[in-house]
Amino acid sequence: MATVLTDQGELTVAARNGLWLSTEDTERATGWTLKPEGMCRDDLCVPMPVQDGRIDAAAFWRKLGCPVVNDAAGETWVLGAGAQQRNDALAGLTAPDFTLPDLAGVPQTLSALRGQKVFLCTWASW
Amino acid sequence: MIVAVAEESRGAEHARPWIEQAGAQYWCLIDTDHRVADLYGMVNVPQAVWIDKAGHIVRPPENAGSTDHFRMMDRATGTLAPEHQEARLAARTAYLDAVRDWVLAGRYALPAETAMVRLPQITPEIALAQSHFRLGVWLRQVATLQRPIRTWLKPAACIRSHGTCGARRRISTRSARPAARISGSGSARWERSHTTRRLICLQVRIDERSMDPR
Repeated sequence: MATVLTDQGELTVAARNGLWLSTEDTERATGWTLKPEGMCRDDLCVPMPVQDGRIDAAAFWRKLGCPVVNDAAGETWVLGAGAQQRNDALAGLTAPDFTLPDLAGVPQTLSALRGQKVFLCTWASW
Repeated sequence: MIVAVAEESRGAEHARPWIEQAGAQYWCLIDTDHRVADLYGMVNVPQAVWIDKAGHIVRPPENAGSTDHFRMMDRATGTLAPEHQEARLAARTAYLDAVRDWVLAGRYALPAETAMVRLPQITPEIALAQSHFRLGVWLRQVATLQRPIRTWLKPAACIRSHGTCGARRRISTRSARPAARISGSGSARWERSHTTRRLICLQVRIDERSMDPR
């Protein structure tokens, strides 16, 4: 089994030969859907070969221009957001939303503060 | 509303003393993956973003009144010359005054066109570095659970500049130390997790371009 880390979270998948995943796992890991045309999202489809019911999810992700990194054992993979995706998310000036825990572990979501001015700052103890 | 995000890959306990001492009434959140930095294209701490009531960025990430005067510190005495202290304080005061003016009177919010020009540009190299960092943080967390792994972690995410980069490099070197030294690192979490465990193996695949500090 392998772990895939994405912006949406982490999931466990049965990977072979790198990150060849079942079509279902590929869809879960990438958020794209397999159709006859290829891997699709909204109006966009990217042709991808399917072999024995599996797709090379890492190759697909790289094809999108997004970063893929993994540990040496091939047990942990990151399918990261690409530069364009990051820039597009900021381009309209809508503050990217996020949910993070406070000290008590209670999740707090930025967008819950709509209607208030927010001074968002980062700091570090190190 | 203030949202203070601790970019703290070692976990909440490392930020706790500071937050408790501040006695903050606003949100103090813990960001182990540096997710906020990734989303907003931040490269250092502290950084701040102003967000209006509609959820729009009216000032993209900036240094939030902090300066580089610490670079001029006398390392022997740990002191700054009075003029540098003054300049540092003046920058901080001016910035905090501006924040108050924005909250109370709406001043200093940038027009959308200006804000857009000031948005950070995230390059493919930065996106790659973010992924390396994510992997490193995750592997370190896994290492605290059970698997004795052998190890070596290159400073993969060091494409970022200045403070953040330094911190990331520090994470890497700490991970690469033998367990005995890790347990002496002052981190309770590390101490607990490494008393019975050995080295951590992270052979992260590195794209050498990501090592370029520029």
